[in-house]
Amino acid sequence: MFEVLIDQFWSLTIAGIALGFIYVLISLGYTMVYGVLRMINFANSEIFMWGTFGTVITNRDIFHYTQTSEPAKGWKLALVLISALLMSMFVAALTAVFVEFVAYRRLRMKGTNRLATLISAIGISIALAELMRLLTDSRPVGSPRVLEKMILTEVWGANIRLDTVVTIIAAAIIYILLERFIQLSRMGKAIRAVSQNEDSAKLMGVNLNRVITVTFLVGGLATGAAGFFYITVFEYTKFNIGFTMGLAAFTAAVLGGIGNIRGAFLGGLSLGLLEVYASAVLGTQWKAVTVFIVLVLVLLFKPNGLFGEAVQQTRA
Amino acid sequence: MKLRNYWNLRDAGAQLWEGSNRKGRVTIALSAIVLVALLPFAGASFLATPIAAYDAVLVYPVGVFVLMALGLNIVVGKSGMLDLGYVAFFAIGAYTMALMGTLTSLNTWQIMPFGIAFAMVAGVLLGLPTLRLRGDYLAIVTLGFGEIVRLIALNSSWTKGPNGIANIPMPPDIGPLEFKLDDQKVFFWVVVVMILLTIWMIRRLSIRRPGRAWEAIRQDEDVAELLGVHTLKYKIWSFSLGAAVGGAAGVLYASKNLFIAPEMFTLNVSILILACVVFGGIGNIWGVVVGATILGYLPDRIRFISDARLLVFGIVLVVVMNFRPDGLLPRKKREKIGERAQARL
Repeated sequence: MFEVLIDQFWSLTIAGIALGFIYVLISLGYTMVYGVLRMINFANSEIFMWGTFGTVITNRDIFHYTQTSEPAKGWKLALVLISALLMSMFVAALTAVFVEFVAYRRLRMKGTNRLATLISAIGISIALAELMRLLTDSRPVGSPRVLEKMILTEVWGANIRLDTVVTIIAAAIIYILLERFIQLSRMGKAIRAVSQNEDSAKLMGVNLNRVITVTFLVGGLATGAAGFFYITVFEYTKFNIGFTMGLAAFTAAVLGGIGNIRGAFLGGLSLGLLEVYASAVLGTQWKAVTVFIVLVLVLLFKPNGLFGEAVQQTRA
Repeated sequence: MKLRNYWNLRDAGAQLWEGSNRKGRVTIALSAIVLVALLPFAGASFLATPIAAYDAVLVYPVGVFVLMALGLNIVVGKSGMLDLGYVAFFAIGAYTMALMGTLTSLNTWQIMPFGIAFAMVAGVLLGLPTLRLRGDYLAIVTLGFGEIVRLIALNSSWTKGPNGIANIPMPPDIGPLEFKLDDQKVFFWVVVVMILLTIWMIRRLSIRRPGRAWEAIRQDEDVAELLGVHTLKYKIWSFSLGAAVGGAAGVLYASKNLFIAPEMFTLNVSILILACVVFGGIGNIWGVVVGATILGYLPDRIRFISDARLLVFGIVLVVVMNFRPDGLLPRKKREKIGERAQARL
């Protein structure tokens, strides 16, 4: 039962970390919106899905790569990768702001019950997924391979592939930038103020509307970056991939303690590793079940998530 | 202001009801039931659905959605707990019917109590450890539970995995009423009877101790507990009663569909049922019935725009929620206390 896990421990670990970083970035989208609105952003999975298409469009339609063309090299490679990343982030951020504007703003102004907002978010999420389904004829869309999946080196019997390395390093950089933005910038401070106490923040002169829009924007940027990495590793996308990834990322956010950024980081990484190990021990089909059982257990013993209280004070 | 009154169908209905005496009420109720029972005969009118058979649409999704939405309303509307895994109970009912129907010689009506019981047991088992959680955490745990049930059905050999279970027996005839696939009137009438029973149960419970306890829990759980309401007990009651209705709907669905597979029990169903509850007017039985009817019926009615119908469905959800955030037929003002308070938490 455990042979696979022991045999391939290190390669599994590396795959788990790469997957974990994708989760980290998507959970940022959930956790930040939850922080300011106290609301699950149900549409975040579709924001992610739209983000993956940003990369596909860049690779396929802007730089005209095809399934048969040679992977890029040198400066060209860096240019394509960075523009694809930026495009994904742009598309996702735009979608996120759109979602906030259409599904959240009016209801928030009215101060109505949470469930109405939830259903409104679910509605926009269905609409976004369906729009993409119509645009792509329900077909999966493959992305041409831009980054060659060559093996860089071997550590403890594990192959270190280029795409995994790029994913881990770049995702870590993006995470650190966002985290610094939240911690140091004036806007970040405002976001944290709103998530601690909305009323007091308003009294201190924080422009609530702008903070919420920026939160969606930043969450969208992170989620979009995750879309880019997803394409880099898995090389295909479909109108319904948002669901599974979104669910997992949301679980990660809760696991880490939803509403705080470091919780998303730790939760995402733990979930990535947990999923990979669980599929090695029990088989891929049971990985989601394991994840949910772990989540339930964690919530029973630490209702604020694994790292909830350590980082952020419990709210009143 | 005038326009607002015009839109307030709930008060208009309540006035009609309050204004009539016992005889008048019986007449109203009976004529409403007769009108609903005659619905399958209206297939040739503007109600007709373009592609799916009209009488089949009335049973599933419309009838089953109304039933499930009423069950979920006990949990979400009455006691204010957000349950995103309601499909699990539906699935448990359906799989009970499928397994017992194919492996034993029991018929649908004999299996029904088992389906309800298993769903209730699952509700209690899920409720005992998790109902201490609140709000969004409860939502995510129930969501996880729903997925676990589906994944177990998908990956176990005794449920035949992704192939699903076929050849589930139809219900036996009730006297002269025959269950047929090409003419599902009788199925529809059975669903209507189940819906009426559920409505009767909810109305009875609402005005008695459990209903008051749920109301107190929904408005403020801490205060309810301080005032001596055994909150955990009543939350579990609410959970397992909701589960029972879901289980019953599942048994009927499996017996009508003759075939079930795990892909029928995805998170989308839970979300759709929740949408029915909120769309119609959370906590208000009639609102829920109206909401579930519309959301069940709409996608089939607008099949002429075939491919874009779910897109339209999503947009309708957004628009209606934005302009009527309390749903089409909201509950009474008095009962809305607590929702505002929750919104601020």
